[in-house]
Amino acid sequence: MATRLLRLIGVLLACLVLAATPALAQSQANAAMVDALGQGGFPQREAAIATLVATGDARVVPILQALSDGNLYTRISDGKVVIAAKAGSAFALKGPLDGSELGTAAAGDLDKIKINNGLRGKIRTAIGQMTLLSTDRATRLSAAQSILKTADPTTFELLQTALAAETDPQIKSVMELAEAVIVLKTDATLEQKRAAIQTVAGHGDRDALTVLTAALTTVPDALKPDVQAGIDAINRQLQLWSVAQNLAYGVSLGSVLLLAAIGLAITFGVMGVINMAHGEMVMLGAYVTFVVQQLLQSYAPGAMEWSLVIAVPAAFLFTGLVGIAIERGIIRWLYGRPLETLLATWGLSLILQQAVRSIFGPTNRPVLIPQWMTGQVSLGGLDITWNRLWILVFAILVFAALQLVLNRTPLGLQMRAVTQNRRMASAMGIRTPFVDAMTFGLGSGVAGLAGVALTQIDNVSPNLGQGYIIDSFMVVVFGGVGNLWGTLIGALSIGVANKFMEPYFGAVLGKIIILVLIILFIQRRPRGLFALKGRAVEP
Amino acid sequence: MTGVDRIAAGLVLGAIVSVGALAPAVAADDTIKVGVLHSLSGTMAISETTLKDTMLFLIDEQNKKGGLLGKKLEPVVVDPASDWPTFAEKARELISQDHVAAVFGCWTSSSRKSVLPVFKELNSILFYPVQYEGEESEKNVIYTGAAPNQQAIPAVDYLMSEDGGSVKRWVLEATDYVYPRTTNKILEQYLLDHGVAKEDIRINYTPFGFSDWQTEVAAIKEFGSAGKKTAVVSTINGDANVPFYKELANQGIKAEDIPVVAFSVGEEELSGMDTTNLVGHLAAWNYFESVDTPENKAFIDGWHKFIGNDKRTTNDPMEAAYIGFNLWVKAVEKAGTTDTDAVLKAIVGLSVPNLTGGTATLLPNHHLTKPVLIGEVQADGQFDVVWQTKDVVPGDAWSDVLPEDKGIEADWTDPIKGCGHYDTAKQACTTAP
Repeated sequence: MATRLLRLIGVLLACLVLAATPALAQSQANAAMVDALGQGGFPQREAAIATLVATGDARVVPILQALSDGNLYTRISDGKVVIAAKAGSAFALKGPLDGSELGTAAAGDLDKIKINNGLRGKIRTAIGQMTLLSTDRATRLSAAQSILKTADPTTFELLQTALAAETDPQIKSVMELAEAVIVLKTDATLEQKRAAIQTVAGHGDRDALTVLTAALTTVPDALKPDVQAGIDAINRQLQLWSVAQNLAYGVSLGSVLLLAAIGLAITFGVMGVINMAHGEMVMLGAYVTFVVQQLLQSYAPGAMEWSLVIAVPAAFLFTGLVGIAIERGIIRWLYGRPLETLLATWGLSLILQQAVRSIFGPTNRPVLIPQWMTGQVSLGGLDITWNRLWILVFAILVFAALQLVLNRTPLGLQMRAVTQNRRMASAMGIRTPFVDAMTFGLGSGVAGLAGVALTQIDNVSPNLGQGYIIDSFMVVVFGGVGNLWGTLIGALSIGVANKFMEPYFGAVLGKIIILVLIILFIQRRPRGLFALKGRAVEP
Repeated sequence: MTGVDRIAAGLVLGAIVSVGALAPAVAADDTIKVGVLHSLSGTMAISETTLKDTMLFLIDEQNKKGGLLGKKLEPVVVDPASDWPTFAEKARELISQDHVAAVFGCWTSSSRKSVLPVFKELNSILFYPVQYEGEESEKNVIYTGAAPNQQAIPAVDYLMSEDGGSVKRWVLEATDYVYPRTTNKILEQYLLDHGVAKEDIRINYTPFGFSDWQTEVAAIKEFGSAGKKTAVVSTINGDANVPFYKELANQGIKAEDIPVVAFSVGEEELSGMDTTNLVGHLAAWNYFESVDTPENKAFIDGWHKFIGNDKRTTNDPMEAAYIGFNLWVKAVEKAGTTDTDAVLKAIVGLSVPNLTGGTATLLPNHHLTKPVLIGEVQADGQFDVVWQTKDVVPGDAWSDVLPEDKGIEADWTDPIKGCGHYDTAKQACTTAP
């Protein structure tokens, strides 16, 4: 009996040792653990991730990152998990743990390891935990933010260690917020929780609001008034910011309208040509950007970040030349016949659209967004996206440059002279046909510039121009024909009015209201905001 | 007088320009003519041109196999130029002048509604290859795209499930026209029926071609910060999608936090976007190019060879066109004639393989059985399937979710019912309100 008991104990001990073996290996992730990522469905993958994370091995981080980015594959021949990067038509393989080069493989020899949003969230948390003590500031910041997203109580100690060592104020503030959120979730004392609520409320941003709203249902009743007070305070603050935010949105929309309309302010406003093909000039500018990027990609991939800077002069020159050709070929025969100009330019817009459709195909073309134009910047409660900010700056530059050209250069002087009194200008020795062509070319070139900017926020498709032609005419007519300042003020006021109405009436009704308001305004002041005065207005 | 002449000349010029490809309509007895009614110019050309090419590809393949009933198939391509009245005009032209045996065409519901009276009057068949809002079943139309219960509702089910993130709060973001309006009506009712509170649903409509999404995306972010898992169900159409996704990426909305599931964004739309910041957002379709089956591989290879460009993507409406065409071929072979009534009688109940490894069967309500797939956007512009229904889902013309459609059936085979809107309670054919 005793021997049997001993034997049983022996077996049990053996089992314990066996069970403990993985525990002994816990400081090191091994190939078998990594290969497990490639097996089974999502639940198995989740377990495999947990095993890897439990090792605490720093080499796991790039593997999980690759998995999250969709760069982790199973090699079909031997079931090994590899990190693959696209190299031409094949993939260059790397060992996940040691980073060794494993040669290349065709797409058919690899099986991509699938992942969904749930797993991506888990990986983000895990990477956050593993990199919270990293020496790199950006890594630490994103780690702190992902810890905040989940606010898992098990990370509390880790967080406190990190917090004690942290010196960067921005990261520190995120960590403190995360700490407070975790305190709210645990069974800390009322006092601690109250302090945590204060910390969260003190942050005053949308993240804090999310936390407090969620906490409202979970905290003890005694704390509910505190939470509610915190929510109210944040809401009041956000309310104030939202006015500024709407203003920022409006100015941004205004800058897009300004860019789209300012070329028309010259061809229609200054020259008086009802140019229905204006939108297509914008569209051509966008396609020039696309072509420039394609060329750079094949011949100078290193310059891709600056593709837009290169596209600006290219688009201006190309659309300007097209504009001059249109003026010389069609419009100069139709001066003084507005109805026929309208029909001819409308037909021209259809021809241009269909031509682009035949050359580039009917589908959208992808235009890459440079790194410096992605993401957003926060100023207090204001969120401004970089691409919109750059477009605003670009619009102001274009406007200023045009003002300079019109008011400070001989060409500008001649343009104004010809449009104000053609016969007199001609008598003074100005080559009026040349000036006409240059003016139309300038207007078209500026439309091309707008096209470059619009690639960053809109489609590059043959229909691009159609979406802007009505808005452009609206801005020019509202601002006052023949006046660039009118176009600026017109674009900004339409933009801001639109954005202040949108939250209350919705986008559809908001647009209708704007249109009705402009019609009423034009009834009162047919010449728009800034009417030209003097003899020039009477033809 | 000259002024009027010039205007007329201008209009004629415009008309010539807008008619992109007008195939010669030479009558010959040894061919069967097939009408292709897709916009090749105007706003819808972006989507419909591909379907025109798909039809030419399918007809070409069939001719290589020896044609149909011993005759060659001859495509007759017309361009309705994204203009709804022109659709009706061109449909009439195809049926009464060109005497086509069947028409494959239309994309928007407005174009379909525009040609319906023509098909009824002249008794011909339209194969309609696009997912739509349902609430319709017509004798002369075969719907090969998804009905709402084959796309919208399974997508919502997925998001509600643990796999999809147990979503509790919903933004229904849509373009303002009939398909999103009806789909949202169905979805809202469905969500309310499943215990979602009214204040947890936000419905927003924007105009066609909307491009300034700043306010909307900020509002989605705000709506999503109520401490409950939030998702966006998007029925945003066409060109408005690119600016929408660009704004999402810029305002830093990640799919892990607020996923967007779209019903109108496919491979073709993604090919015009930089997708690196969109990884993880979802789309619900009945087909994805990435689905790994021998049928799909053969289809993609053939398509690339036909179009002469191995970068061209395939998409869901193309699969629907493929199924529709094969169904028609099979029905004509079964009936032994291209006569409309004989084909319509033969076609119900026929099954053809789809491209995702299953079979599509035409139901008596003129809709198909389809699998529902949820795909996730990848950095290379393709979708990875993350979930799919275990079995094919039969298309439901009249949604069971809407109270006014309870007990309504469509059945074009039953000698007693034999209509598109049969009220089982009243036991009579009624008209939809």
